[in-house]
Amino acid sequence: MYVWIWRHLPGVLALKVFQVLLLVAAVCALLLFVVFPWIEPHLPISQVTVDNQ
Amino acid sequence: MSDEPGSTAVADPPPHVPSHAGDSSTTVGDRIRFALRGIGQTLITAGMVILLFVVYEVYITNVFAHRQQVKVHSALEKEWAQGKDPLALPGGGSVGIPIGDGIANVYIPRFGKDFAFTVVEGTDDASLQKGPGHYVGTALPGGTGNFAVAGHRVGKGEPFLNLDRLKTGDTVIVETKTTWFVYVVKGAKGDINALDADGVPGREIVSPSDGNVILPVPNHPATQPTEKLMTMTTCHPKFTATQRMIVHALLNPKLTAARSGSRMPATIDALYGKAGA
Repeated sequence: MYVWIWRHLPGVLALKVFQVLLLVAAVCALLLFVVFPWIEPHLPISQVTVDNQ
Repeated sequence: MSDEPGSTAVADPPPHVPSHAGDSSTTVGDRIRFALRGIGQTLITAGMVILLFVVYEVYITNVFAHRQQVKVHSALEKEWAQGKDPLALPGGGSVGIPIGDGIANVYIPRFGKDFAFTVVEGTDDASLQKGPGHYVGTALPGGTGNFAVAGHRVGKGEPFLNLDRLKTGDTVIVETKTTWFVYVVKGAKGDINALDADGVPGREIVSPSDGNVILPVPNHPATQPTEKLMTMTTCHPKFTATQRMIVHALLNPKLTAARSGSRMPATIDALYGKAGA
């Protein structure tokens, strides 16, 4: 997959590296601001309450 | 660009990598290599994503939560400055307080001068992201019964990160619009896990389903409350949700001080000197 992406990036080496950094940043942002906040409430790791009758 | 056959350009993958499955040049070995490389890359990617999730949980959520805490804190300060008290609603109970609104500030001298959190009403996920949350229906600060508060231990502002460091006799200060209340962590003879005269320990580790710990008289469903307690709940052990750590404290009416303006009275400020490290 990474090889495929690398080969399809246009431009010279420096431009390719720049685009890769941009892609990595975009994926990280997507994970941190969209995917993780959405997935987190479904995981049993951050519950701090006791059942309140 | 070099056309020499022996050129070793690291950046450009060698041309023998199969791009079409049906290429006549693909051997079985190529296909196996291709599949293995795919599996390897997927596993490494998954590892990186999980690592990023840990970073998110432990650091990034704190940034988000801090922003919300600042907002809810300044909203409460503003309300107080305007003479409004969210706790003094008609009915006197906590029924009318909007979920997620700040109701009081909490300070714990053992955690240092900079430990200050605005407690919000409600213990749903959204409220707990703003700060420690007051269990709806439990007593209000200074009220007879049990003022019960839940807070995150890791991430999301982590107000109760060091709850395990509290010792018997430590003070928990709760500031409302009108009053500074001082609760003292329970326990007998310096043992925080021991039951005191009322049969309530300073600290206990319970299962998440054990709602009895936030009863007006903790763990004693049939008893009518006469004392003014505060109970804090958080997850235990750190990073997990298998158990809950519970800390009970009892109001010391002698230390209660009237509040006028946002300055901490000398008697309350003096509690920081006793906390030690």
